[in-house]
Amino acid sequence: MTATTHSAHLATDGVHVWKIRGRRAVVNRLAAFAMYLAMGVALVPLIAVLWYTVGRGLSRFSLNFLTHSMAGVGPLDRNGGAYHAILGTVEQVLLASLMAVPLGLLVAIYLNEYGSRTMAAIVRLLVDVMTGIPSIVAGLFVFAFWVLALHKGFSGFAGSMALAVLMLPVVVRSAEEMLRLVPSAFREAAYALGIAKWRTILSIVLPTASTGITTGVMLAVARVTGETAPLLLTVFGNQYINGNPFHGAQSGLPLLIFQQASSAYPASVDRAWAAAFTLILIVVVLYVGARLLTRRDALNQR
Amino acid sequence: MSKRIEVIGLSCYYGQYRAVADVTMTIEPKAVTALIGPSGCGKSTFLRSLNRLHEVVPGARIEGQVLLDDYDIYGSDVDAVMLRRSVGMVFQRPNPFPTMSIFDNVAAGLKLTRQKGKDLSDVVEQALVGAHLWDEVKDRLKKPAVALSGGQQQRLCIARAIAVEPEVLLMDEPCSALDPISTLAIEDLMAELKDRYTIVIVTHNMQQASRVSEMTGFFSLAAAGEPGKLVEFDATSKVFSTPTHKRTEDYITGRVG
Repeated sequence: MTATTHSAHLATDGVHVWKIRGRRAVVNRLAAFAMYLAMGVALVPLIAVLWYTVGRGLSRFSLNFLTHSMAGVGPLDRNGGAYHAILGTVEQVLLASLMAVPLGLLVAIYLNEYGSRTMAAIVRLLVDVMTGIPSIVAGLFVFAFWVLALHKGFSGFAGSMALAVLMLPVVVRSAEEMLRLVPSAFREAAYALGIAKWRTILSIVLPTASTGITTGVMLAVARVTGETAPLLLTVFGNQYINGNPFHGAQSGLPLLIFQQASSAYPASVDRAWAAAFTLILIVVVLYVGARLLTRRDALNQR
Repeated sequence: MSKRIEVIGLSCYYGQYRAVADVTMTIEPKAVTALIGPSGCGKSTFLRSLNRLHEVVPGARIEGQVLLDDYDIYGSDVDAVMLRRSVGMVFQRPNPFPTMSIFDNVAAGLKLTRQKGKDLSDVVEQALVGAHLWDEVKDRLKKPAVALSGGQQQRLCIARAIAVEPEVLLMDEPCSALDPISTLAIEDLMAELKDRYTIVIVTHNMQQASRVSEMTGFFSLAAAGEPGKLVEFDATSKVFSTPTHKRTEDYITGRVG
């Protein structure tokens, strides 16, 4: 469109060869229209989900909802809250992150900075296979191995192990991509100063990639925060507050949503929406917070 | 402080490919030695073998000897990391560490190698003064280094290199990404630095080589895929007025390359 006006301007000397016309103009418009249409179609589900969840969730959401558990709340009662579930989710995801993020980062560093070509290819293949593990299988594995075979029983920690299995490949691959984007010129500049390789990675490469790595980690966190299937087999669910993630069944927001939404009573369904809204809120707060932290770090350096 | 570099029969390989063949030369201390030659003739590879940065590339290795004041830097008892503290390098593109401030960039070499007992702000000031950058940045040392112009960034990289007090300074086309004024600033700087360091500079700019250097080495390769060789190595005035070899003459007069 700007091209058209531009060519019209050029055409003052009577030469019209630059004018966009005929087939090219039609194809140009069609392609532009198709792109805008695709963008619109892709945005519809996103906006619809957010709109509906926030709308339904907010009407039931309150401070009371955040500070009370489901202890002694029957299906017909209008009160009750998600405190126990929020506590469980935060503990489970935190423990899973503590396991998966350092391990994932180390694997990514190995793949990008140390691994020989063949070893790296093998590890990368295994990580890719791990990405494909269905979440219920990860839950089943921890259920069979930890809950049953080792007689540890249900616990938040069992759930966090299943979540860590799901997080690990996401962290590895995204961190590896980000490390790969750090130009080798910075590594060589550091080597030329007589800085050891491990120091270079720690003080030059990782800080340079930190914003991207944080985004990858947050995506992994966001993904597992909403996982339900593995928690059913490992955390089990609980109406009461259990602050100890290492002993006994806990609740979690996805579990609470699942249980409340399967109920036929309107009060339960409302609680499910409010819990869903809380879940989205937690993920958004975490994501924004992490981005702000790394951005400030990357620009201002203490 | 500056040291003599003696290169004996040096060949550099990338896997099976021989990039540089059989170079023998003596690089004098307290002087600027320029290396010229067409692209792909192995000048940079040769330069990177002098601080053992060549071997960072997977599959890269060398044959022959490099002696730094009679000490074999490729000896089995030499720690390449420690060696590089004595042989600094400035690269073609300015590459200040993007997450660090101006101050931290210059201090990086000392901070990240845990060299204690020195007042960092003193070292940083001296290095920046030495690189002719102090007056331009003294009021914004805490600002990100990437906010500087290209020429300033390159002088920052020189400051970063001399802050660790090396004995040799290798410069790989340090001005090729800079405008003429920044280039002049860096050439002036080289003239000063050579009182303290052994300087080796790779350059595509023959005027630059004739302006800044005492000795000039001409690298060339017989054909694409062949290894680069040192064709001629002599006093700069001699190389640019009465070169011994026909190929050198063809190159510096612009008949080839």
